[in-house]
Amino acid sequence: MIKDVNIISDFAKDIRRDALALLFHAGSGHPGGTLSCADIVAYLWKKELTYHGDNWQSKDRNRLILSKGHSVATIYAAAGRSGLIKPEQATSLRKINSFLQGHPHVNDTPWVETSTGSLGQGFSSAIGMALGLRHQNIVSRVYAILGDGELQEGQVWEGAMSAAHFKLDNLCAIVDYNKMQSDDTNENIMGLEPLADKWRSFNWHVQEIDGHDIAAIDNAIKNSKEIIGKPSMIIAHTIKGKGVSFMEGVPAWHGSVAITTEQLMKSLQDLGTESKQLEVYVNGNFWN
Amino acid sequence: MAISGTKDKSPASSPALIGSSGDSMRETFGVTLTQLAERYPNVVVLDADVAGGTGAHHFRKAYPERFYQFGISEQNMMSAAGGMASTGLIPVITVFAVFCLRAYEQARLSVAYCNRNVKIVASHPGLDVGPDGGSAQTLEDIAVFRAIPGMTVISPADPIEMELATEAILKFDGPVYMRTGRSPIRRVLADDYKFEIGKGRVLRDGLDVSIVACGVEVARALDAAEMLSKEGISARVVNISTIKPLDVELLVCCAKETGAVVTAEDHNIHGGLGSAVAEALIQNEPCPMEFIGVKDVFGESGEPDELAEKYGLTAPFIVEAVKKVIKRKEAVK
Repeated sequence: MIKDVNIISDFAKDIRRDALALLFHAGSGHPGGTLSCADIVAYLWKKELTYHGDNWQSKDRNRLILSKGHSVATIYAAAGRSGLIKPEQATSLRKINSFLQGHPHVNDTPWVETSTGSLGQGFSSAIGMALGLRHQNIVSRVYAILGDGELQEGQVWEGAMSAAHFKLDNLCAIVDYNKMQSDDTNENIMGLEPLADKWRSFNWHVQEIDGHDIAAIDNAIKNSKEIIGKPSMIIAHTIKGKGVSFMEGVPAWHGSVAITTEQLMKSLQDLGTESKQLEVYVNGNFWN
Repeated sequence: MAISGTKDKSPASSPALIGSSGDSMRETFGVTLTQLAERYPNVVVLDADVAGGTGAHHFRKAYPERFYQFGISEQNMMSAAGGMASTGLIPVITVFAVFCLRAYEQARLSVAYCNRNVKIVASHPGLDVGPDGGSAQTLEDIAVFRAIPGMTVISPADPIEMELATEAILKFDGPVYMRTGRSPIRRVLADDYKFEIGKGRVLRDGLDVSIVACGVEVARALDAAEMLSKEGISARVVNISTIKPLDVELLVCCAKETGAVVTAEDHNIHGGLGSAVAEALIQNEPCPMEFIGVKDVFGESGEPDELAEKYGLTAPFIVEAVKKVIKRKEAVK
């Protein structure tokens, strides 16, 4: 696992750099939550998912649904590194006639599995996928990443009830619990605590982890596979804007915001990018 | 602790569900869907605790392993249907029309935007709902569902068409919103009636006016045409059971040949069949039009026929609208 931790950590760093560059070129978007879920996405992408090459569409693939669709740059970054996006499309996010929509859209980029962007819906769609797969005796797992602010949607709790009722042990939901949402902290907007107790009382198997600790993510995902007869919830404590000093813990970086060249450079430096590499991010050649 | 009223579960003590049998479109839908189930093995039915009222109880009884009870949570059910469809199933959502409105945004994003093969089958549309009153009488569904890109919208006229439409939507690949109907309804179409998604049918020919109707209003339109014939007015009756995509070709032909159109629907006059027909004709073959529908008010409790009378949906109202539109047509000449 030690070797894997390094590979996944490096991949997470690449995801963060690419995602920020994607958003920089887009001129708008949501960096804060994109950075907070990068380690989770990096882990799932490397260990649980097969979104690369031509055969990724096999029926029994594991699926990842980004229910907090505004953080889609994380997924595009991972997909770009996996050859699913042409290098020259790196500067097209959120632009007209582009495949890279501002929120995941399955018709344009089928590997996002479903269109999201209206909170709560990706989670329910994931539940439907888990149910549909089980109905057809297809053995595979469905992962859904939810935002914490998203949990304020009533639909999420309808879904929570149904996934437990249907005993969907092929479903694993992960909350990117960065404690902040668009305008302010969760606590000030609409408090979520006691969050783990809520999910437990809905009959979910619940784990709480540091969402930036690859070994902890690994452990929690492995545990979730052992659970029979219950859906799994991993509450991943994260930091909004993780990895970029001036974004960490600042709600204003939720978005939608424009990133300046200066800010991109500073972010990339924070992420340990070599000086000679900075230029490829600024000029959009980072997937070449 | 014993909860009163839950002890005796013998069938004899269960009340009969009102309207769960008989010749209503919801029952026809439920029976037909069950008959088709073997030929369409990917069909699964999703319910929000209203199977007794939507006709889905037939399917639940025959195919319990293909019946998913989501409880009273339409938003989750709608998005989940999109997810199930992505795995290759054909989810058929069976719920009251008014609760489809509750899950409207889910139908938009998780179903239509993803182009999922989900069938939304809505019972209890319009004033036809009757005694449950204004909260349940859905008069806005055609307007809003036809505004979703890629959504096919269907409202069959009678049990014969309901049967044909049920199979047609299963064969069709793409999202569909289909109205059934709560109340027992008489058969008005021929036994050899042909239904095709996107095609209207002339049920009775006429030269002075075209009455274009859908759903329960088709029977009333035919009654109106009969009444008009006794006064020497020759009215054509057209069944537009697919509101989207609309049979523009047929409507243009009717407008050309009769020079006047009256639309009739158990729906708000804003945004439904009448608006769809007007949009088509104003661009292609403008002619005087009148609209029979609920005039931008909510309904109330009452029997369907009483409500139709009170809110201006019955044949005599169609007759008056026809006379008015013919006068306008002649004034234009």
